[in-house]
Amino acid sequence: MPVETEALVDHIVELIRRSSCGLPDDVKEAIARAAEDEEAGSRAQNALRLVLRNVAEAEQGSTPTCQDTGTLIFHVEYGPEHRQRPLRGAIEAACREATAKQYLRPNAVDPVTGKNSGNNIGDGAPFIDFVERDEPGLHIALLQKGGGCENVSGQYSLPNGPLGAGRDLEGVRRVVLDAVHKAQGKGCAPGILGIGLGGDRMSSHLEAKMQLYRRLDDVNPDPDMAALEARLLREGNELGIGPMGFGGKTTLLGVKIGRRHRVPASYFVSIAYMCWASRRAALHIDADGVASHN
Amino acid sequence: MKRIQLPVDEATIRSLRVGDEVSISGVMVTARDAAHKYMIENPAEEMRDLLRDSIIYHCGPVVRQMDGEWQFVSAGPTTSIREEPYQATVIGKFQVRGVIGKGGMGPKTAAGCKEHGAVYLHAVGGLGTSIAKSVKRVRDVLKLEEFGSPEAMWVIEVEDFPAVVTIDANGDSLHEKIEAESAERLKRLLG
Repeated sequence: MPVETEALVDHIVELIRRSSCGLPDDVKEAIARAAEDEEAGSRAQNALRLVLRNVAEAEQGSTPTCQDTGTLIFHVEYGPEHRQRPLRGAIEAACREATAKQYLRPNAVDPVTGKNSGNNIGDGAPFIDFVERDEPGLHIALLQKGGGCENVSGQYSLPNGPLGAGRDLEGVRRVVLDAVHKAQGKGCAPGILGIGLGGDRMSSHLEAKMQLYRRLDDVNPDPDMAALEARLLREGNELGIGPMGFGGKTTLLGVKIGRRHRVPASYFVSIAYMCWASRRAALHIDADGVASHN
Repeated sequence: MKRIQLPVDEATIRSLRVGDEVSISGVMVTARDAAHKYMIENPAEEMRDLLRDSIIYHCGPVVRQMDGEWQFVSAGPTTSIREEPYQATVIGKFQVRGVIGKGGMGPKTAAGCKEHGAVYLHAVGGLGTSIAKSVKRVRDVLKLEEFGSPEAMWVIEVEDFPAVVTIDANGDSLHEKIEAESAERLKRLLG
């Protein structure tokens, strides 16, 4: 028995509340560890402690961790008993309700008229990525990507002469470190990098975004990618930009890399810079309509 | 941690240095894009008493109204650089002693801080809930109808609002220093 629409909308509102008014455990743990590592009494340590206090207060009062509740990016995997259009309807209804409950700020602005729709619904908003699967049930993941960090995200085309970056993993390393330097603290460092290698301009960016659904403590199954992720995390932190660009040891909390086949003529490296307020959560509904959150 | 009580005098502000951590209490006013444009293009006489020796906060808050009283729900800083064309003029015209935001500002604002005796204060981006809690009372709101709630000018009473001085009244900038140091390290990493 698939889940009733009304119950589904309630579950998605709860998904949004959990995502927007808190932070995933792995991200909180990474920030707590970083706060310990920073020099005692430094600006960097104080900033990270303020971040941790803010997250605790947001969770306690169900108020947004950050007032920029971001672009809403949903990833939906659905079994054969579900159809896309009703699922989209349920997600939109939940976004309206979550905005009315102030879990979300009205964040959908028409680029032509400048008018804010007032409920987070608009052309292409929220973004929903649907994947059909054989297994019954439903998995809905939500990522909230703030505007400040989106503005420092970017895309490089290899080769890049000025950076001495060729079409290989060393070239990737060079452009990613350049991007971290360019961002300074402006993306609300410490950041998490989602990186997409290859693809076309569009799919490369999509792959980069999808990497941000990964837990910080997972390990890339591809050993070459795992090694590059670890190296970029270490070297990014060696830049010394620190939380908010105040200086310090913690510039990045994580680096996650994915790949897509490219045409021979193109080699894109897309970098989705996520602020420390990396808000994501997931909802699972099994074949009997029983919901669980993580 | 240095305590700043608003209104604040010019000498106190000129004694602050890049890197100082401060805790601010008193009455300040939020202003972002529409508000800055308004303050430049109009006499905005009603803003003079509010802004003299006070602070402008770059913020588009999530607000709610309870029993006729406005409350801040989530109110972290927004990116400041958008106000770079206006900020120095606004500081001079209204004798503002400081601006709070995030991401830093450019040379025009730094020159304005030096000339008029003001500082740029960097809040921690993303502290939506904590900073809203430090707003003890919303005293007034200006241009709410015309600009909408994120762009309106909210007159707020804050207590222990934490920030770091990243541009001081000497015109020194922490952002320039960190950018230059990290550029050196990047050069070494790229070999």
